[in-house]
Order: sequence, then C-alpha cells, then structure tokens
Amino acid sequence: MTSKSNMTATSAVAHAARLARVEVVAAYPITPQTRIIESISRFVADGEMKAQFVQVESEHSALAATIAASSKGVRAFTATSSQGLLYMHEMMHWAASARVPVVMANVNRAVAPPWNIYGDHQDAISQRDTGWIQLFAETNQQALDLTLQAFRIAEDERVQLPIMVNLDGFTLSHTYEQVAVPTADIVDGFLAPRDGVDWLDTEHPVTINGVVSPEHYIQFRALQKDATQRAAAVIEEIGKVFTDQFGRDSGGLISLEGVEDADIVFVTLGSVASTIRGEVRSWRAKGKRVGIASVRSYRPFPGDEIARALSGTGAVVVWDRAYSFGNGGPLAVEVKSALYGSGTRPAVLSAVGGFGGAPIGPRELAQALEWAEAALHGDGTRSEIWFGVKPYREERTPNGK
Amino acid sequence: MGSEHAEFVMRGNSSCAGCGAILILRQVAEAIGPNQIMVIPACCMGAVAGRFPSASFNVPVLRTAFASAGSFLSGLDASIKARGEKTTLVGFAGDGATVDIGLAVLSGAIERGHDFVYVCYDNEGYMNTGFQRSGSTPPGARTSTTPGGVLEHYKTEARKDIAKIVAAHGIPYLATASPAHPDDLKRKVKRAAEIEGPAFLHVISPCPLGWGFPSSQTVQLARIAVESGLWKLYELDLGALRLTQSPKNRKPVREFFSVQSRFAHLTDDVYQRLQDAVDEEWKVIEEEGFSLRCETVRA
Repeated sequence: MTSKSNMTATSAVAHAARLARVEVVAAYPITPQTRIIESISRFVADGEMKAQFVQVESEHSALAATIAASSKGVRAFTATSSQGLLYMHEMMHWAASARVPVVMANVNRAVAPPWNIYGDHQDAISQRDTGWIQLFAETNQQALDLTLQAFRIAEDERVQLPIMVNLDGFTLSHTYEQVAVPTADIVDGFLAPRDGVDWLDTEHPVTINGVVSPEHYIQFRALQKDATQRAAAVIEEIGKVFTDQFGRDSGGLISLEGVEDADIVFVTLGSVASTIRGEVRSWRAKGKRVGIASVRSYRPFPGDEIARALSGTGAVVVWDRAYSFGNGGPLAVEVKSALYGSGTRPAVLSAVGGFGGAPIGPRELAQALEWAEAALHGDGTRSEIWFGVKPYREERTPNGK
Repeated sequence: MGSEHAEFVMRGNSSCAGCGAILILRQVAEAIGPNQIMVIPACCMGAVAGRFPSASFNVPVLRTAFASAGSFLSGLDASIKARGEKTTLVGFAGDGATVDIGLAVLSGAIERGHDFVYVCYDNEGYMNTGFQRSGSTPPGARTSTTPGGVLEHYKTEARKDIAKIVAAHGIPYLATASPAHPDDLKRKVKRAAEIEGPAFLHVISPCPLGWGFPSSQTVQLARIAVESGLWKLYELDLGALRLTQSPKNRKPVREFFSVQSRFAHLTDDVYQRLQDAVDEEWKVIEEEGFSLRCETVRA
C-alpha cells in the first residue's frame, strides 16, 4: 500500500532515490540540498537502501564520480544546488556528451554574490546549454514522481541522457506537504533495474571519451541532438505510463489549465506555478478568462506544445525567476521564439522576479494580471517588468564605501 | 597468453619518439595484467590513448577531464563494490593533473580509502601543451612560461614533493619508481594493486621534447637521475619506509642536467650548489636513515 505522510521535497527525493534502487550516490553538502543526502545516508546506514554512498570533496567530483559509476553500467544519483551546480559545470557538459543516464536533483537556489541561500532559477538556467534534460517540479509530490520518472526516461535506449530534476529551494525543499510514497513493489513495476552497457568491460576493452577528428566530433553532437529531440516523446510517453500506474499526472512536457478559452495565459516553471494556479482558479471564478501553462520539461523545450496552447490567447505573461543579462527573461525569450512562425502573435509580457527567495504572491500576480489586461486592450508600453525592485538609493557601509 | 607477455600498448600510437610516459604505461599495464580499467585525465597519455575510432591501449580506458582522475576512480570503485566485482583500477596521470589541478581530488579519493593504483608520471611540466611550468617543475628549469629574460629568471620556486603530500594521508602504499628500473617498477605496481585501498606511484618520466635531450637518451636519463641520487627510489608499504635503491658511487648530478637544454643556462657555481645539496641529503640519509620529513627549502 502506498502511504501518505507529511514531508519536505528533499525527503521526497531521497525516498525516490531509495525506491529507484540507486546503486551509487556521490554528493557534497550544500544548502538547501543537504537534507537529500542526509536522508540517503540514513537509508544506507539503516540498511533500507543498498547503495554505495560517497561523500566526495567537491561538487565537481560528485558529478565526476556519478558519471564514472554510470559509465560502468550502474544506476547513479547526485544532488546539489546553486554554487554546487555551477562548480559542476565542466562535468555537466561531460555527463551529457558522454551520454550517461545519471539523475540529479537540483534544489534551486540563487547564485552569489551577494550571498543568498533562497530560491530562484538562475542556477538551473545557467546550465541550459549543457545538454541535460531539465524537469521542474511544482510540488513535493512531483519532486518524488519526477525523480522516479527521470531514471526511466534517462535510461531509455532512445534517450541515454542525464536528467536534472529541479525543485525550488525552501518553497519545496523546506516546506512540508502530504506526499504519497509508493511501496517498493509498485515502483519495481514501473522502474526495472538498469540494463546498462558496461563500457569498461575488461573482456572487450575500448577507449571512451577519447580524441576525435572534426568530422567525427560533429557526428557525436548530431547524435546527442537527435537523442534530446527523441526525449520529448519519451517524456510524454513515460508520463502517461506513470499516470496509469500511480493515478497522478506528474510528468509530461507541460501542464495546462484553462488555456482553451483564455484571453490571458501565464507561463512559468516550478513551484510558482502552484501559486499562479490558485490565483487562476479564483480569477476564473470571477469570470476572467485566464489560464496557466506550467512548463515541466525546460529541456527539451516544448515549443510546439506552447505555441498550440497559446494559439487563441491575446496576452501571455511569462514569469521568469532568472535572467539572461543583456537579453531578457530566458523563458520569455523562448516562448517568443516558439510563437514565431506559429501564426499566433499574442502580446508577450516578461515578468521577472522572485529572485533570492523574494515572494511571488497574490499581490504581484494581481499586478501582472492588470498589466496583461492593459496589453489586451492595446497598451504596449511595457514588455518587461522586474517585480519587487525599489528605486535605487545609495546605501553606504559604516566605513563610507 | 600470460599477462606478462601480453601487449597492452599498440603499435602506431602517437607518443613522441623517446617518450618516457609510454614506457611507464606499458610497464604498469603489464604488471597488472588484463583485468584492469585505466582512468586517464587530460595529459600526454590522454592524447596518446588514441583518436576515434582507434585506440592505443589494449585495456578499457576511461578518458576524463583534467581535475577528475581521483573522482572517476572513486565513482568506479563505488560501482565495482556495488556490483561485487573485482577489477584493478589504475589512474594514469601527468604531474599537472596530479600535483596542480587535480590535487584536492586525488587527496579526497585517497582520504576516502578507495581501492586504486594511481600512477603519476612526472615529466615535470605541462608537456602536452608545450612545456609550461607546473608545481612539479624543478627550480632552475627553463619552460615556455619561465623562459628567462632581462628581468625574470627561469623557474625559481622549489617543486612540490607530491610523494610526501600523499604520504601525509597515511596511504597504505606509496612508491617512487623509474622506467629505467622496470623490475623494481613492476614489483611496486604489483604490490600497489595487491594492497587493498589507495596506492600511489610517483614515476620520473623524461620528456625529450620538453626537457631538450636526444630521444635515444630517455632510459639513460631516467637511470642517471637515480644513479646520481637526484631521484630516490623508495616505498612506504603499510607504514614501513625503505629505500629500494641506494646508489653506490653516485654519478655527478651534472650528468643529469647538462644534457638537457632546459638547464643549458646553468653555470658551474650552480652545478656545485646542486651537487652540494644532493651530497648533503645523502649524508643525512647515511647518518640518520631515510625519512620523509619536510623541511623548508629554498630554490
């Protein structure tokens, strides 16, 4: 029987790693991720999880060790946040291009300086082009469900790519919610042991990740591109299988609500979608035609699905908790790109905010709705607003600097 | 076919003529035999490992990024333990990947007690990228980033003693070796593989191009390094430290330095100081026994 209990998303992810029968975990502590590896260490110490847990000396090494284990054909997992993810950057490319199906939980946190341990998406977005599949959880339940799905998607022979499951720091990682934790039997029925190739078989020695000519190099990149494109269908397919077996819609590329008749659609990533969903429901109760598109797979990016969802919409508010300096809100830029050529030209408003744990609540969302309604009536004066920014005032430290 | 006679290094590989590292790799691979996995980070032997779809070494080779030999070995050790397998893991890395960029990573892997044999072939600089200085380049050497000029000297700083750094971890097995003494090297590699837990070998690796000597003289130079007393052969086996070679009638150190163009600028008085330093070291060894104590050294 599946039991429900109150837990944080970090606990939920640790349960998912346990239930997935992960064989090697290599990790390094960082707030707000640490509870994941503490929970896993506890599972291993208590014999509830048969895994080799290696607490390495850095995040670079955490991912490197995970990649090595995965190259040997075993199921491997790691977890990190923020600075740790940035410290992994070289190995991020390595994992994707070496085509190892490792799964990592990234507990989204702001990037320093200045230091801030609270949530935003700058860490994940900065790894956008490393070749990883990136999934975003809205709830603690989804953090568990997506982690389980991630192993099956990553290891699918059509994919063979690493997956990062993003869960918002503190909003999910340190907040208790009811989470249904399936039994091992049920999970075993969904996720078979890894049937991975041991690339380091001593009977058949090969050299992997070696030097290649320019002609071969682009072949490897093309194979990687094709696999990432194929992953979109696999994410959809496995999301449906999961729903059939577990009775919950946790996966897929995108989650839509109220978009069919919507004049205004909010598009976003992660836990803020839950907040927006709540507001959308109350707005709709008041007769406002507003919808939400929660992007669950940021890579591969569901451009066609987004364009379809927005085809009858007059105005779109894209909420970004990260920024591409010198360009714009990264998700907003991609939504615009998805709409180009689709024949749909809604006003795309880029709402930027929720950095370093700053709240995105009913007040901010009401402002955004007002802005979208004005755009719907032809007011195109502002296409980007940073929420929560006060007028600049010079502040001095006591020593006058 | 016994592993002693198996060939692990393929013909036609792209190592330079007279490469010391490829000799070392061959001796290491032969000593361990076919049941091994080799992890090679960015370094000369990484480049030599082969250009797809060819491979130069007849063992499984996992190429890694520069600062990740120790971490890849750690992950492999964990996966082998998870599956209950038994394979010797060999890290084969240059001095840059070991004493500089990968030092913390190696330190972590040793501290955690993973089971592997890490071989640092020390060619005393970044030879694969064109002979830049490393933390293991000896003082006085000319490199492409310590070229010597009107205002600046050649490398002036003392080299890191990586073996002492590794010894400070309380590692189960540590040894130095030279490809000019293959029996000694192979015995040490076998012992390193046999002992459970981490083992480290520090091997002198003459580099004809980087050091500037004729490619026919590689083994000779590796031998003179030992016979002059400059490169000490020793092992630290489960806490027992011993010299495995005590050169009698040591050759003048000048024989080691003078054939290398990177030391071409050395003058007679410098040679005398280098000779005095080595003589003093061996005097202490003869009087007080060999130790790995650390002293403040000045270039």
